[in-house]
Amino acid sequence: MSGAKTLFDKIWESHLVDQQDDGTCLIYIDRQLIHEITSAQAFDGLRESGRKARRPEANLCVPDHNVPTTPGRGGTDEIEDDESRIQLEVLETNAAEFGLPYISINDERQGIVHVIGPEQGFTQPGVTLVCGDSHTATHGAFGALAFGVGTSEVEHVLATQTLIQRPAKNMRITVTGALPEGCTAKDLVLAIIGKIGTAGGTGHVIEYAGPAIEELSMEGRMTVCNMTIEAGARAGLVAPDEKTFEYLKGRPQCPKGAQWEAAVAHWRTLPSDAGATYDTEIELDVSEIVPQVTWGTSPEDEIGITGVVPNPADVDDANRRSAMERSLEYMDLKPGMKMTDIAVDKVFIGSCTNSRIEDMRAAAAIAKGRKVADSVYAMVVPGSGLVKMQAEEEGLDKIFTEAGFHWREPGCSMCLAMNGDMLQPGERSASTSNRNFEGRQGPGGRTHLVSPMMAAAAAIAGHLADVRDLLK
Amino acid sequence: MDKFTKLTAVAAPLPIVNCDTDKIIPARFLKTLTRTGLGKNLFDPLRYDPKTGEENPDFVLNKPAYRNSEILVAGHNFGCGSSREHAPWALLDFGIRCVISTDFADIFYNNSSKNGILLIKVSPEELEKLMDGAERGANATMTVDLENQEITNSDGEKITFEVDSFKKHCLLNGLDDIGLTLQKETSITSYEEKQKASEPWLYA
Repeated sequence: MSGAKTLFDKIWESHLVDQQDDGTCLIYIDRQLIHEITSAQAFDGLRESGRKARRPEANLCVPDHNVPTTPGRGGTDEIEDDESRIQLEVLETNAAEFGLPYISINDERQGIVHVIGPEQGFTQPGVTLVCGDSHTATHGAFGALAFGVGTSEVEHVLATQTLIQRPAKNMRITVTGALPEGCTAKDLVLAIIGKIGTAGGTGHVIEYAGPAIEELSMEGRMTVCNMTIEAGARAGLVAPDEKTFEYLKGRPQCPKGAQWEAAVAHWRTLPSDAGATYDTEIELDVSEIVPQVTWGTSPEDEIGITGVVPNPADVDDANRRSAMERSLEYMDLKPGMKMTDIAVDKVFIGSCTNSRIEDMRAAAAIAKGRKVADSVYAMVVPGSGLVKMQAEEEGLDKIFTEAGFHWREPGCSMCLAMNGDMLQPGERSASTSNRNFEGRQGPGGRTHLVSPMMAAAAAIAGHLADVRDLLK
Repeated sequence: MDKFTKLTAVAAPLPIVNCDTDKIIPARFLKTLTRTGLGKNLFDPLRYDPKTGEENPDFVLNKPAYRNSEILVAGHNFGCGSSREHAPWALLDFGIRCVISTDFADIFYNNSSKNGILLIKVSPEELEKLMDGAERGANATMTVDLENQEITNSDGEKITFEVDSFKKHCLLNGLDDIGLTLQKETSITSYEEKQKASEPWLYA
């Protein structure tokens, strides 16, 4: 069928402001999220050139990367680390100077940009949304074209409300089969990255489709889209459906009344047309997967928890073999070791990948009535003040603290170790975050990526563990 | 942004695949408020011992022959991971103006060209030749000619490359994207008027 369009094509074409003869496009950006790490130089650029923010209300600023997560942390002025405090103060000053909406560290709505965007209804189907953060892909769960940009592009959007881009290629990943017990959206996306590789999606926007994706909650879809960047694609997309509308209805920044009806009618036209074609098609059946865990220093280095550390000698490709050897040396692992024999020092439950209420509930269900191993320090960092409040209303904080987990204030925390929550050299973590890169959670730190349930299981066992044993 | 026209300089070999932005500049150095000063922490986890902070003498940019490198010849999928523009800022602050690899992560590619760094994609066979050329130490001088889209390897062999015509134009002339875009302000305004009528909830 000719003329059939993908979800990506529809959003792209409806945001085209200008197209040059050489194919370079100017696309309109509806929404921008701004945090403290990638914005200061952009605001400086505006000041130096005497430019203003074109549509201040199209932005939302919140500190997240650099904020302490210490219980009772207080306001910006109480942050001990000078550089962190100054970075937060600068964000606040810049937001005020340019007239941008700002959520402060003391506000109950504060949290990780990719958690609060959807919570506030700032994220909506069909919009173009950017942020100076690669995990902006998260918002694709709502059928928004959302991708990470650098600081120069943050400034470009502030000044012009547009970006200079070339269209991406279309990839569809169709996921079939029911997720087995003990497996979650996190295991599903790790399995995808393992299949296509960390550069498998470069140059593409990935649309996730199929019954296993439709079955996921909005939280689960956000987890999947969040990790799209770990497969090399800038943006992930899921077609908006009734679950999407249900999640958004009544959110503070969503339309109300007749406007809501008009918006939903528009959103229903967004899903890819039957017969739309894709540059690349991938299929994955998840009915047989087991809980996933990474063994190396790239998110593609994943394996089932029942497996053993792979042997580089078994790999033909020389590039891949050398990368594996380097990873194993860094991770201090030997080929053939059982994954469940790997002891962990710290457990981190949080990050824009896995810090929403569903993640808190999943981890708490495993923690309930059990104890964190003596050798492990385990922390739970909710993704926002609102997630924290809801979890506390449900008594999840009590379950965690009684089991020996530390219950913290919201922020990015040990995902990228900017705020003092970090691994020491040689320490090993089971972490619900998105990157197991060398040094990501602290210089010399070693990271194993897992789901919230698997992280809780590792905290209790003191080593990587198969959560299914605790579900029996 | 500085122009990029033609560069003759020492090229350093960095044959790591999937070299991520946390390796290029770890998150703890992102507390800065400026674009400069990051060069000393470029490749920090590779350049320095994490426990002692001492220089790792085996890392290529610590070797006397490569301390003044302005070109990097890197493994596949260079710059994957975070969107931090601090990665190209750190490269630039160290003095790197050109990176050659078989592939780059999308966001890093955009960020680099906006800072006057030329990224060149070559075939695996060409990368192998250039990696060999870069391994000749202080004799590893290469020439990168953007106008003619041509690399001259340290042995004199010439390799041509493709480059996005718009990015080439901006690099050759050191053009500021925002200035270019604002020339199209009328189109932006008319887009907004049209969108305001069709999707008014986006302007509530």
